[in-house]
Amino acid sequence: MRELPIWGLIAEFTSAADLALATRRAREAGYRRMDAYSPFGIEAVSSELGFEYTRVPLVCLLGGILGGLGGFFLQYWIHVLNFPQNIGGRPLNSWPAYIVVMFECTILGASLSALLGMLALNGLPQPYHPVFNVPRFALASKDRFFLAIESADPKFDIHNTFRFLQGLGARDVQEIPN
Amino acid sequence: MADEQHKHEEHIDEMSSHLLPAKATILAPGHTFATVTDKISAVVLSRDTPAAWLIATGGFGLLAVWLLFATAYQLARGIGIWGVNVPVAWGFAIVNFVWWIGIGHAGTLISAILLLLKQKWRNSINRFAEAMTLFAVMCAGYYPVMHLGRPWLAYWLFPYPNTMGVWPQFRSALVWDVFAVSTYFTVSLIFWYQGLIPDLATLRDRSQNKAGRIIYGILAMGWRGSARHWKRYDSSYRLLAGLATPLVISVHTVVSFDFAIALVPGWHTSIFPPYFVAGAIYSGFAMVLVLAIPIRRIYGLDDFITIKHLDNCAKLMLATGEIVAYGYIIESFMAWYSGDIYDRYVMLDRMGGKYAVFYICLISINVFFVQVLWLRRIRTSPSLLFIASVIVLAAMWLERFVIVVQSLHRDFLPSSWAMYYPTFWDITQFLGTIGLFAFGMLMFIRFLPMISIFEIRELLPEAHVTLQEAD
Repeated sequence: MRELPIWGLIAEFTSAADLALATRRAREAGYRRMDAYSPFGIEAVSSELGFEYTRVPLVCLLGGILGGLGGFFLQYWIHVLNFPQNIGGRPLNSWPAYIVVMFECTILGASLSALLGMLALNGLPQPYHPVFNVPRFALASKDRFFLAIESADPKFDIHNTFRFLQGLGARDVQEIPN
Repeated sequence: MADEQHKHEEHIDEMSSHLLPAKATILAPGHTFATVTDKISAVVLSRDTPAAWLIATGGFGLLAVWLLFATAYQLARGIGIWGVNVPVAWGFAIVNFVWWIGIGHAGTLISAILLLLKQKWRNSINRFAEAMTLFAVMCAGYYPVMHLGRPWLAYWLFPYPNTMGVWPQFRSALVWDVFAVSTYFTVSLIFWYQGLIPDLATLRDRSQNKAGRIIYGILAMGWRGSARHWKRYDSSYRLLAGLATPLVISVHTVVSFDFAIALVPGWHTSIFPPYFVAGAIYSGFAMVLVLAIPIRRIYGLDDFITIKHLDNCAKLMLATGEIVAYGYIIESFMAWYSGDIYDRYVMLDRMGGKYAVFYICLISINVFFVQVLWLRRIRTSPSLLFIASVIVLAAMWLERFVIVVQSLHRDFLPSSWAMYYPTFWDITQFLGTIGLFAFGMLMFIRFLPMISIFEIRELLPEAHVTLQEAD
């Protein structure tokens, strides 16, 4: 990969609505390698980025199924295969008694995979990211909204993109050092 | 060029007028994203610690140290230092276990169930209610482990391949309890931690010293508020809420199975699961109020935890209290209706026997006294509500005491009847767990944002953006 002088350009907005509109304009202008940053989740912004579908629910479902089956076969293996005990002539595979532990294992598997799946798909933990090189970016966790366009975007041109972002009503546009 | 830009801005203005702001009612007026962030994070980042915090930490910290000492003494001497014996082999340990774990339930109800029901007011109290759950479950977990007699072998409760070649008995309600409580703790921790991630990033960005930036930075895992991240985050948050909802109902149900599956008269009844869950949420809301009322006063957080919140919590307390009252009625009715002499006798003994004073106390509080919450004046007065909540917590503790001790002390055989009296260690260990719980909460308040900052931002009208369909 060729070394780019800067990672991209970042525009700062003062309201969530401005960010949503700017994201739409940037997408309409043909930019694709971009991301928006905000102090809370804004549904309109992720849809404007064209990011409508996440695989988190799928990961969670698989984790839940694995947990549930694991919980059942753990008990089945212990009470039927590995250590069968005849207690008052009750069947070895007395599955109604296994429901509680199966249920708990399902919830545990699904919850762990929801959290870990979310983190993994987000690429977290990620100690370094170029956007943190912009001092004002610290406000992204407070009250400012940012739109970053990467220099790796085919349409990226430092002068045109700079002017384009300024034209979107940004309070400020800055370079993101690599 | 300038003209073109001007035209563009005009276009944006025109578009902005179509944005539909939503209404916030549970937040004092005049707040912005910045003031919300500053005010909540200042509690953690400020160098000034309120004197009340120092005094409370000292006092409860001493109690927590006493718990350590009592635990060490018990490890050396065994559970003989408690008042438990046959027939009352459960005593304070299980009373306190059920009481503590019940308290935790309100935290999950607020964070998960109210999220799914889109009750926006929960955003101000979910964080510390979840922390309350975690510390309450820790205090709860302490008791059954110590009650094992040889707590250092507690890991035998988990199925792991061992040289003895034996396994837990999965048909036993006590093993279900191990799975229910440990899953509950893990899922509550996951949910709480996920909620904290964006706020940890806020603290990382705002911390004035290096240690703060490093510690909060590691915990925030590089969160940068990317729109894609938020989307997945939201999805996972809602999934966790959906998973925690049946879980919280199941936990106290399984706790009630410890009793209901057994044949002991006074325990063997099918009303126990719903009645335990309602009782748990009822006492949990009382604890939420006991914590919220002093916190909002000491830290001046009345803007975020408003009278509306106290009012809503009190209403939920009242509603679950009515379910508990219904449970008492059905419990006594079924004892009579069953025609079983043992069941009938235990119920009559409960009302008129040696422990009757506790039963009368708990009925008068949980059935009659709690009705004062119908009065708006009580629900909207922080000090009166605080007193009412403390009384409710005490009554719910008595309820568990009566269920555990009174039922056991009158067994099937009169020859095995005996009284139970708590010892010095029983009582002071219980106080020690209160110390541990409060100490944990105080540490949490000092080092982590006790109110969810990003969820309060979402309460502001300008957080709601609806764009017109693309042109």
